[in-house]
Amino acid sequence: MSLTKDDVRKIAFLARIRVPEERLEPMAGELNNIVGWVEQLAEVNTDGVEPMTSVVETETPLRADVITQRAISDKILANAPDGEGSFFAVPKVVE
Amino acid sequence: MSDLRDWTIASAADALTKGETSSVELTDAFIEAIEANRSLNAFITETPELARHRAAESDARRASGDAKGPMDGVPIAMKDLFCTEGVRTTAASHILDNFVPTYESTVSGKLRDAGAVMLGKTNLDEFAMGSANITSYFGSVKNPWTPEGANADLVPGGSSGGSVAAVAGGLAIAATGTDTGGSIRQPASFTGLVGMKPTYGRCSRWGTIAFASSLDQAGPLTRTVEDAAIMLQAMAGHDPKDSTSLPIDLPDFRSACTTDVKGLRVGIPDEYTLDSMPAEIQKLWDQGAQWFKGMGAEVKPVTLPHTKYALPAYYIVAPAEASSNLSRYDGVRYGLRVPGDSLDEMYELTRGEGFGEEVQRRVLIGAYVLSAGYYDAYYVKAQKVRTLIAQDFKKAFADVDVILTPTAPSAAFAKGEKMDDPIAMYLNDVFTVPASLAGLPAISVPGGLDANGLPLGLQLITRVCQEETLFRAASALEAAANFTARPGDAS
Amino acid sequence: MTYLIQGETGDWEVVVGLEVHAQAITNSKLFSGAPTTFGAEPNQNVALVDAAMPGMLPVINEIAIEQAVRTGLGLRAVINRTSVFERKNYFYADLPQGYQISQFLHPIVGEGTVTVDLADGTSRDIGVERLHLEQDAGKSMHDQDPTRTMIDLNRAGVVLMEIVSKPDIRTPEEAGAYVKKMRAIIRYLGTCDGNMEEGSMRADVNVSVRPVGETELRTRVEVKNVNSVRFVMQAIEIEAARQVDVWEEGGEVVQETRLFDAHKGETRPMRTKEFAHDYRYFPDPDLLPIRLEEDFIEKIRASLPELPDDKKARFISELGLSAYDAGVLVADRDTAAYFEEAAKGHDAKQVANWLTTNLFGALNKLDLEIGASPISATHLGELVGLIEDDTISSRIAKDVFEEMLATSKSPEAIVEDKGLKQITDTRAIEAIVDQVIADSPDQIADVQGGNEKGIGWFVGQVMKASQGKANPGQVNGLLRKKLLG
Ligand SMILES: [Mg+2]
Ligand SMILES: [Zn+2]
Repeated sequence: MSLTKDDVRKIAFLARIRVPEERLEPMAGELNNIVGWVEQLAEVNTDGVEPMTSVVETETPLRADVITQRAISDKILANAPDGEGSFFAVPKVVE
Repeated sequence: MSDLRDWTIASAADALTKGETSSVELTDAFIEAIEANRSLNAFITETPELARHRAAESDARRASGDAKGPMDGVPIAMKDLFCTEGVRTTAASHILDNFVPTYESTVSGKLRDAGAVMLGKTNLDEFAMGSANITSYFGSVKNPWTPEGANADLVPGGSSGGSVAAVAGGLAIAATGTDTGGSIRQPASFTGLVGMKPTYGRCSRWGTIAFASSLDQAGPLTRTVEDAAIMLQAMAGHDPKDSTSLPIDLPDFRSACTTDVKGLRVGIPDEYTLDSMPAEIQKLWDQGAQWFKGMGAEVKPVTLPHTKYALPAYYIVAPAEASSNLSRYDGVRYGLRVPGDSLDEMYELTRGEGFGEEVQRRVLIGAYVLSAGYYDAYYVKAQKVRTLIAQDFKKAFADVDVILTPTAPSAAFAKGEKMDDPIAMYLNDVFTVPASLAGLPAISVPGGLDANGLPLGLQLITRVCQEETLFRAASALEAAANFTARPGDAS
Repeated sequence: MTYLIQGETGDWEVVVGLEVHAQAITNSKLFSGAPTTFGAEPNQNVALVDAAMPGMLPVINEIAIEQAVRTGLGLRAVINRTSVFERKNYFYADLPQGYQISQFLHPIVGEGTVTVDLADGTSRDIGVERLHLEQDAGKSMHDQDPTRTMIDLNRAGVVLMEIVSKPDIRTPEEAGAYVKKMRAIIRYLGTCDGNMEEGSMRADVNVSVRPVGETELRTRVEVKNVNSVRFVMQAIEIEAARQVDVWEEGGEVVQETRLFDAHKGETRPMRTKEFAHDYRYFPDPDLLPIRLEEDFIEKIRASLPELPDDKKARFISELGLSAYDAGVLVADRDTAAYFEEAAKGHDAKQVANWLTTNLFGALNKLDLEIGASPISATHLGELVGLIEDDTISSRIAKDVFEEMLATSKSPEAIVEDKGLKQITDTRAIEAIVDQVIADSPDQIADVQGGNEKGIGWFVGQVMKASQGKANPGQVNGLLRKKLLG
């Protein structure tokens, strides 16, 4: 499996990372190196093996349905790069 | 004490209890040392005011007989991955370089509550992604150790590079680290320190900036095994805010630090022998086995057949989780924003500028291995291999109590080495990653020096939740190795 | 009932599947302790987790799990003993984590069934594919500022149950009936308030069309966030017609997400770059699998209320109601409860009649919900009781009803105050009858001359003279005896 420059462009958009046009080709090379290397896993026989999702062998804990955090909008908004009143603001989105 | 590197948590606690020094006095000395050694670039943010304030509080507690325990009044350094209320927390990334949390992570909060005095936030690889502390937005960290007869700057290892530089350089008595694939143990090995990664789930992840959620664990970086036990006691414990936190009580770690290893079964895994490994490391490893034999332990070979596949599996799982964990850094609610004409452009520019190269590479790899058509071949496959690796350990631990390995395949190397090939850099973690994938507790203990006078560590791994066994074996190893060397140029 | 679209090339069938998002009733959010109340100031109901602050972690709300299981049982669905939360990764301004925590490969609830009741009195079973739990996103406001979109995260993290139907729906009416029935069920269960205006229940409509006789499914289009039963039906009509046009003009329907514009009566494509969506689902490593014990499920099963279908069957078999009346009464939980209260000890059919014709009409005019009815269920029952025991006539009962509506007084009090009690004393009635006969010689001649129907005129006169209080049966009997012998 080999990633093309186009694949990198697509993944970069999926990840919302602007990779400059001239970096796409070298990046494809770097990623192919890594992908090629991890592909050695294909040698391992994993028939009938369950994929691990967590090393913790306990059940998920559940919390009581009570309100523990309310009206902390000052904390929520404290680091906002842009906002208005108690809204966050982003460039206009057209749906 | 003239050499600040003589202090341990235990000795400081003792001196504070006896009234031989005060927390303010100790803290001031370390603040001075930090200011005098900025060339190490160990700290991203120094917090001298806060430190003096907490030190004074500690002294007041002690004066009124309310001292909290062995961490009370002890100056420590905090890896800048733990969110600290009111103190900038960056993960060494441009994307968070102006972020001031309004909350305190569980681990840093527990240390604060135990009375520890935070001197500042230490440098690291950006988002803890690296093994040399060269990917920080705030510049690389210098290892206080230098090779004999040369004056090249060495890397401190990573990602907890600032933390180890601070402790090894005498800028803090101990420091926190986080370990995803070796980020506590490998830098400890590179700087002659003890680095402990507890069982996954021992330390709460709440408030610690995530790299790879299923692997991340906090742990102590200290001068001695006993200090590691004391500090872990303060950091660990069940936290209902972290669904993966172990819902069990902590044993008394410090009292486990005996050197009695008579009858302890120590396993030596064949698969950890690498062709490329320097002879000195093999020698130290053999020596470690001899030490254990000499102390009455039973040393025997074990097999961990899937070891070879741990690193590639890790380099699928960790980037996959990271790619998702780092999606929240989008310029909307906090952190860097680079303006754009559309929402997508704003995202792309912010993340393109905010993340460094290695982080970008891993986020892209992670997005790729999770994407449609590749998920089963990469991510699911890696998680299956992970199961096999965990099973290997389980089988081995039917025969032995601990496993002894080198911590890293090399001593600290010069900045600039291994830089152009990411995979060469990834190989630093070849011995530490398997235990991470299996969630096992592991510790690196300084074992000796290589021909260049650089420290080398030995790693001990044990069963889930058997930290006490680990502390016992590590204490014995520490006693046998009697590692007293100090970096020559930083004081 | 078949619903076919007549095209140029022939008849087209519509295939519809619905994804209903129902907000589960909980105090706090799915993964945080922030409140879920509607209408709070922007960003007031936001915990650190909901804003995806660095290092924040989700912990599952136990009531969310319970509500999902309860809903699943109400849909006669399989409850999965193990389920897994996964991350659905995509970027959007009101999705703080950059992923939605949802369920993908292992939802908490599997296949079930919803029986829909149609206008012609028939019923159809629509399959439910699954129900899964997920977090809601925040809200984007596009028209508050000329250059910026404003983000409010109050809804971010609120508990949603996404209920996905099978593509079993064939007509707009069935789709509407499905949404109505779904709403009835979750309201009965108390797992969602079903309020579509406030957005606590909304539907995505998947529409495709195919020529009658074709068995393959053609490309489907997802019409997003349709927020009323009427709009669901309209959106299907409009979108299906559009697709028929596209196919018939030789074009190809593209798989996309469209928005329904009720004002313009059209659907139009969303401008977001759908093509790039690749959600990269994987199990959320911050959470462990959910495992449900059998007795946890059984406890919830045991606490389930009687659901609309069972209630309807009981109303028909035990109370003798018509299928239509029973269907109308069970459609809404409050109405059914009102009816059952009113019918206690009274003729259920009469109560149903008063409820569906008189009270519904009155409430409709007053724009009131049944819960706010000026006439209480007990009072309506008492009114029927007064008719049953001949205290008042049905005629008088209508007046009493109007008075009850205006004053909320009990029918007994009204009858008492206004002296509306029916006159059943034969002598009193006879006196009035005699008076009317004495006053009407011409009409007597008419009746006795053979026009028996003329009796009706006399009955009317007697009723009028008694102000409607005379027992009509007795009046009739007396008149017949006196006039016809
Ligand atoms: Mg949908
Ligand atoms: Zn959904």
